[in-house]
Amino acid sequence: MNHGRRALFGVTSGESERDGSCMKYFLKRVLLLIATLWVAITLNFLIPRMMPGNPGQAVIAKFAGEGHPLTPSALKAIDAMLGLSHASLPVQYWQYLGEVVHLNFGVSYSYFPYTVTELIAKALPWTLGLVGVSTVISFFVGTGLGVLVAWRRNQATDGILTSIAAFTGAFPYFWFALAAVYVLGFLLNWFPLSGGYEVGAIPHLSWGFILDVIHHAILPAVTVVVSSIGGWLIGMRNNMINTLGEDYVLLARAKGLSNRWIATMYAARNAILPNITGFGMALGFVVAGSLLTEVVFGYPGMGNLLYNAVINEDYPLMQGIFLVIVFCVIMANFLVDLLYVFIDPRVRERRGSGA
Amino acid sequence: MHNALIESHDSQEAAREQQSSRPTSVARTYFRILWSNRKSRAGLIMFGAFIFLCIFGRALAPYSPTYSGFATMAGPSWQHWLGTNQDGQDVLSQLLAGTRVSVLVSLSTGFIATFIAVLIGLLAGYSSGFTDDALSFLTNVFLVLPALPLLIVLASYAPGKGSVLIVLIVGLTGWPWGARVLRAQVQSLRTRDYVVAAKLAGDSTLRILFREIFPNMLSLVMAGFLGAAQYGLITSVGLEFLGLGNPNQISWGSMLYWAQNASALLQGQWAWILAPGLFIALFGMSMVLINFGFDQISNPRLGGTEE
Repeated sequence: MNHGRRALFGVTSGESERDGSCMKYFLKRVLLLIATLWVAITLNFLIPRMMPGNPGQAVIAKFAGEGHPLTPSALKAIDAMLGLSHASLPVQYWQYLGEVVHLNFGVSYSYFPYTVTELIAKALPWTLGLVGVSTVISFFVGTGLGVLVAWRRNQATDGILTSIAAFTGAFPYFWFALAAVYVLGFLLNWFPLSGGYEVGAIPHLSWGFILDVIHHAILPAVTVVVSSIGGWLIGMRNNMINTLGEDYVLLARAKGLSNRWIATMYAARNAILPNITGFGMALGFVVAGSLLTEVVFGYPGMGNLLYNAVINEDYPLMQGIFLVIVFCVIMANFLVDLLYVFIDPRVRERRGSGA
Repeated sequence: MHNALIESHDSQEAAREQQSSRPTSVARTYFRILWSNRKSRAGLIMFGAFIFLCIFGRALAPYSPTYSGFATMAGPSWQHWLGTNQDGQDVLSQLLAGTRVSVLVSLSTGFIATFIAVLIGLLAGYSSGFTDDALSFLTNVFLVLPALPLLIVLASYAPGKGSVLIVLIVGLTGWPWGARVLRAQVQSLRTRDYVVAAKLAGDSTLRILFREIFPNMLSLVMAGFLGAAQYGLITSVGLEFLGLGNPNQISWGSMLYWAQNASALLQGQWAWILAPGLFIALFGMSMVLINFGFDQISNPRLGGTEE
């Protein structure tokens, strides 16, 4: 619809760029990727320095209070991350960028003597697995159901499923997690209450351990899927209803094509594009929800680590986690954007009339 | 209905005439459309109920929400419909009294986010070239940046804790989605006949933006407001649950924080956790449901006919 209108009223410079060639699209995405990373890294630099008090001094004092000896390099990293020295801001910023590039986020206070990087390296795979798998499931099932209810709009299926989606989508993720732990874990004893694997087990590659991990992951994954599926369903429903009103769908009906063929190959194929654009953006929201879900399940991922960093005021750990989460979400967005080139031919081919 | 309003104005005069009688008649028209849609009618009723509780919740509470002389961690009973918490306070009274803070936090974050979204969306959509490119870029950057980790870091460093701080930081990060939607709408509206006519008549840009364009995307702004308020609700509750709010101020989020700290579920006091979560979901759902009606106003196709 928007594209039709644009063609009608003529294309301005900004828009022709978006409809431009693949290369231009790619360059724009790379630029966005770099800019977003830069904003995140710079915010991470500025926040502790803008706040009253001196978080860096506080951390050093804490280390001293616990009797932890700090090596000169650890001290240097904390200095760069939190800002202890009296060097000018540009100098501090340069040092900070150097530490970030080398993934040197300092030493954790609450998990001494582990470095922040070591802790994150251990936690990250758990979160990537949990969020990755449950987001993919939620996206496909939610989008599929959206196609279904749009095709039967204003019928009973639509009314019931859409209302349920509005309801589940409005719950905080962590509340669902609490309810799931209580009913399925505590009352029915079907699933373990917390953790990523059996207590005392040593992570290794064996069928037994993998099954154990899956058994522990089911409840958190179900929580994420249930809480996020409604958004995909409602988004797809609205897109589908739009495309179902287009002339080419009417023509397809007039040609006597089967309903299923029209719904999937004509309407859904075009309606899914905005949902994929939304994928990247919703990801930030899903990650936020998963972080809280992990806290409830005591899942050994980034969310739990972040929570422990927050309650222990472990600023170096907190900032390292922030940067890594932001990096992952931005990269995922970038990959989805690249995928878009293959799905939407308008991005690939320069439109004849526009430019 | 609304779209018909837009399309039928082919002359400046007609547009002006419509505007003079606007505020009340538009509100009435909107209300009629929202009320005629079954989903948004349910949403309006639920939303109204929560506004009522926001104002009168404290008065309706059977006990003082801070009185802590009852038996601790008691399950639901006739005296305490939702039981008591670990301090011996009545959960139902806390739930009713806490509605005020939670609803106000949600609506004010929605307001701040929408205000910024309207400013940036109008400006980016109406201007072209560098201003548009720069603002759109800024919008995209903050759209991609995951908000919760940023909010957690900000809230942990901030001196003092409280709902004002949460409203500010959540509101200031909640605008990009709305700005993006509004920008697209302004771009499609700015070439309409009545805008071109206003331009030729020599109206100032500000006047065109706020008198000609803004009224015609009011449904999108309202939908954006409800969406941002729901985002604000979920996010503020999440921060409070992590203990980054003010735990001594009674709200749905702080109730969940204390309930989780006291392992309410494992102690059998399920109502303490169930009730705030249900209220959060119902209030959020009311806004999602109302938005089905606003979607229908912005995009009449979504309504369709009952088949």
